[in-house]
Amino acid sequence: MLQELQSSFRKAVLTGDFSCMRLLVRSERGNIDRRLNVHRNNILASLSDVLAATYPVVRRVVGPRFFGNLARIFAETTPPRLPQLSAYGGELASFLSTFEQVQQLPYLPDVARLEWARTEAYFAADSAPLDPNKLAAVDPGDTINLCFVLHPATRLVTSQQAIYRIWKVNHPSVNNVPKIDLDVKESVLVTRPHYEVNTHRINGGDYAFVSALSNRLSLGQAADIAMAADESFDLQSTLEAHLKNGTFKEIC
Amino acid sequence: MGTTLPQCQLSAGIPGSVPIPSEAGVGLRHPHLEAFVRGEPDIAWLEVHSENFIADGGPRVAALEDIRQHYPISCHGVGLSLGSAEGIDADHLDRLRTLFKRIQPALVSEHISWSINNGTYLNDLLPIPYTGETLRVLSQNVAQVQDYLGCRLLVENPSTYLTFNDSDFDEPDFITQLITETGCGLLLDINNIYVSSINNGFDPIEYINKVPSEAVMEIHLAGHSSEGEGDECVLIDTHNNLIASEVWSLYELALDLLGPRPVLVEWDADIPEINVLVSEANKAQKLLSTRIQM
Repeated sequence: MLQELQSSFRKAVLTGDFSCMRLLVRSERGNIDRRLNVHRNNILASLSDVLAATYPVVRRVVGPRFFGNLARIFAETTPPRLPQLSAYGGELASFLSTFEQVQQLPYLPDVARLEWARTEAYFAADSAPLDPNKLAAVDPGDTINLCFVLHPATRLVTSQQAIYRIWKVNHPSVNNVPKIDLDVKESVLVTRPHYEVNTHRINGGDYAFVSALSNRLSLGQAADIAMAADESFDLQSTLEAHLKNGTFKEIC
Repeated sequence: MGTTLPQCQLSAGIPGSVPIPSEAGVGLRHPHLEAFVRGEPDIAWLEVHSENFIADGGPRVAALEDIRQHYPISCHGVGLSLGSAEGIDADHLDRLRTLFKRIQPALVSEHISWSINNGTYLNDLLPIPYTGETLRVLSQNVAQVQDYLGCRLLVENPSTYLTFNDSDFDEPDFITQLITETGCGLLLDINNIYVSSINNGFDPIEYINKVPSEAVMEIHLAGHSSEGEGDECVLIDTHNNLIASEVWSLYELALDLLGPRPVLVEWDADIPEINVLVSEANKAQKLLSTRIQM
């Protein structure tokens, strides 16, 4: 009985169709639907708030009202699977890629991926970044054979469009959003070596490089792949930047 | 009453929890994290929403580790779904235990409600019918949580907007039965009693007189809001306001009946400056202190 009741209740509050609940509950005065709607609103409004906090740039790009409506539709069709809301909303990018009304903003799903990467980095496991001295202590002849374990907070996002600049100029602290060229391929590396989430724009060669390392290819193999993607790739300076940014956790 | 279970002590090589005093505390919310990390606000204790701190790592839970050096901490859950017919999510219970080992809360509490069905989490505290079947489900779930954590769980009376046609018990009788069967404690939310009494037409004073006073281990106070006019008026437990005068009166009545208890002021939406929260807590403390002197 209770299982069926809760199943009906779940469907009713997510769809707004209260017909199957009307025989099960009553209200001392006033309309039953209105009372059931308190729960529907609690759920959809709080989930929209969570999404607004996770996706401030997507929200700014589409406008707060439109975002609110979009978030409610997303919440109805993709309610949380876990009771901790820090884990909620990772599917927004794929939702946006099929949501009819934003098809004229093709960069939006990738911007959402960037914002989700930042959320994941924020809640990722703590770890000290790779100590550069460890790398320095390796025999120079062996360096090329090393593999690198990414820091638990490290995330990569790549796009056919200028997602880093879109993200940067739509930060809530920017008042006048400048015009930017959208059709530039951009890749982003998110790190959190300590407690602050950092967002770096990286070039295509670097993206290929870190992707290859994340697949446990050796430094030499990763450098070859990066060079093939971008002939101006420079291993020395790229590696130095990653050590400074805390991209890696360990060498192996 | 069942056997009295110990208060929570999930020691894991860090100093044990500091007991929650019978004084006024406030709910810890994100805009105030920094101030509490520095130990600035003069507050007797703090309560957090457990689920907000479940994460593999990151600055938030690290901040709470700092805060617990300055204040006794209570962990108040919103995601266990004690009233779910499908039972407790064992993975979630395990994540909570991991958090409690790290934070060492002095009290652990949850709600008499449900939020999970068919593996979907509905982010609200949904009502249950007060029937024999629900009592069995809830007792089993509460017992499972207490067994797993090895400590006494406090359960909070809900704010309700509806009455189920099937209910066989009134709410205080249902809660009394639950306490008898599981030995759990009661977190008496005065605002919820008031909100429910207006929405469902019962006497809040009779309610407070009926609940087993020895099981009340904590009191909650919060602000609510109202929607609609006349017969359509519904009070909603929004926690976005100052505490209403009717709720203050019921709080005084509860203190007269129960004696001093840890009291918590909650504020979850339209969160004000910390001093507004502290001044509500001071007001609650003043009413509490007069009763200690009497």
